[in-house]
Amino acid sequence: MGGLFGRAQFAAVDDVSFSLESAHAEIFAIIGESGSGKTTLARLILNTLAPSKGLIRFLGEDVSRFRGRRDRLQFMQKVQPIFQNPYEAFNPLKRVDRYLFASAYYFMGRPSRNAQEAAADEALKKVGLSLAELKGRFPHELSGGQLQRAAIARALISSPALIVADEPVSMIDASLRMSIVNVFKSLCDELKVSIIYITHDLATAYYISDRVLIMQKGKVVETGPAKQVLSNPRHPYSVLLRESVLSPDDVDKAPPGA
Amino acid sequence: MNLSIRAAGSFAWEAELMDTALTVCNLRAYYLTRYFGIEREVRAVDDISLAVKKKEIYGIAGESSCGKSTFIRTIAAAVRPPLRVLGGSIKYSFLDRDLYHLDDRALADIRWKRLSCILQGSMNVLNPVRRVRESFKDFAFPHMGLARPAFLDVVKQHLERLHLSPSVLSAFPHELSGGMRQRVAIALATVCRPEFIIADEPTTALDVVVQKDVLALIRETQREIGSSMIFVTHDLAVHANISNRLGIMYAGRLVEEAPTGVVLHNPMHPYTRHLVASLPQIGDLTPKKPLPGAPPNLADPPSGCRFHPRCPLAMEICRRAHPALTPLDSGRRVACYAVSPLVKPAVDSAAAPNRTQADKYAVFPR
Repeated sequence: MGGLFGRAQFAAVDDVSFSLESAHAEIFAIIGESGSGKTTLARLILNTLAPSKGLIRFLGEDVSRFRGRRDRLQFMQKVQPIFQNPYEAFNPLKRVDRYLFASAYYFMGRPSRNAQEAAADEALKKVGLSLAELKGRFPHELSGGQLQRAAIARALISSPALIVADEPVSMIDASLRMSIVNVFKSLCDELKVSIIYITHDLATAYYISDRVLIMQKGKVVETGPAKQVLSNPRHPYSVLLRESVLSPDDVDKAPPGA
Repeated sequence: MNLSIRAAGSFAWEAELMDTALTVCNLRAYYLTRYFGIEREVRAVDDISLAVKKKEIYGIAGESSCGKSTFIRTIAAAVRPPLRVLGGSIKYSFLDRDLYHLDDRALADIRWKRLSCILQGSMNVLNPVRRVRESFKDFAFPHMGLARPAFLDVVKQHLERLHLSPSVLSAFPHELSGGMRQRVAIALATVCRPEFIIADEPTTALDVVVQKDVLALIRETQREIGSSMIFVTHDLAVHANISNRLGIMYAGRLVEEAPTGVVLHNPMHPYTRHLVASLPQIGDLTPKKPLPGAPPNLADPPSGCRFHPRCPLAMEICRRAHPALTPLDSGRRVACYAVSPLVKPAVDSAAAPNRTQADKYAVFPR
């Protein structure tokens, strides 16, 4: 796989292979700093970019073959994205509930308005919100945490098998971050949705993920069970990442300032 | 236009002046709007008193929309309508009077030379169509009083101290990486060796690896030029690495203040306790419970203690009167009735009247 930017070829994602089993749901974290190709990888998985080389198979089928409208819709029903900044993901001039109804309309076989509302409400309940709270609201009327949960609810409407979450908590406050992360955990445990969790935050990755894959400049440097890799990294780059994580316990180590 | 600024407060400022770099007393700054006959008053900074010692890094933490940025704007004298300062005082050690008694020219003199800022989006600080050198000239040249070649020498030396090559001066902002841009922003803010630096989430947009370097650099520079600093971020792990003392803000008020180690190891206020408990850490798999409810709307804040609707320890009195930020042992101040019997209701300075409608909407006199 690789990206083609202008005339110069640059491998944004280089020789990455991994697989998630459809039989049992898990949270798979992809970790790396900016420029390591995390987002390109997410786009490839979401089938908005075609790989230059290599294959991405979803339930046995090559995703690059899904090109027509019907195929795409079917694929999108099973694989849903969540983006980094909820304020950018939602149009500020549209009411948030419209996104939920539109998803219900396209992915549930064009149901009636009442059925759309029921589906939206059900999805919102799964993330700890309700339609009554969101109905008629614009994005600026909601907090970042509520909006990101609404984005997750929107992704859940089509009952996907896989959610690709690209840095879903990096724009969110530390205090609300854990509420979003907890939602992912319960989705995986209770609804059996697999989640690809893309992040540069090792602490939340440790907290929720089952397996991790650490990328540096488009290449995979280390992969394995999350607890094992993150508590005992082997590759020099993983060690560097691990050491860069700031911890509240640092306050005892080096008294900062004068 | 006649707005009285009272120097009354929980601590007299003359006594503190000796080793204090900044004293803020009972500061209140509201956003006041009146459109189509609808008046709105957003109480973003309400009755904040704090003192920053010389050569100290004072951290401020709190979730978004708790008034952190408004507070920073107010102490940086960057108040523009609809934000109004409605009372209180801000006193820097290098000024002989209150910050809001200076005229525009005096303000322009101290800005950047004695009081500078490191802001969050370094891309927005640097002009995208001008080379970095021009930004340095715009910001620092008028304050340095040096001839142009000497000025550039000073800038180059300063950049080298921040591990930047002098060639960045000829670069455009988009040619630099995020970490380099942030270092350029730090260089800009510190080149005049200011006495006071205000840092508003300077590392939030950066990667973990770069973040650690930039933090070390900020600390190093601050120590070298001996300035005081207010450092704002919502990330307590960052505070653990940089702040000497930490103030926690909730809904426009300071709820707890103590040395950083004390806050992180032994938080007292229920909100602080929640913040510290919800920090994810490698090696820690205990379930983190989210706080119930949503942050309050500052246009219509809850009565009494603003945290009471979400507080697990809320009592009857919490609904009625807001607790004063009360000094306890080990340099701690806390505003919660549940943690100590010493905490008493605050004398509500907002209730003090002599504020007419005309005053309220008048542009704040400088």
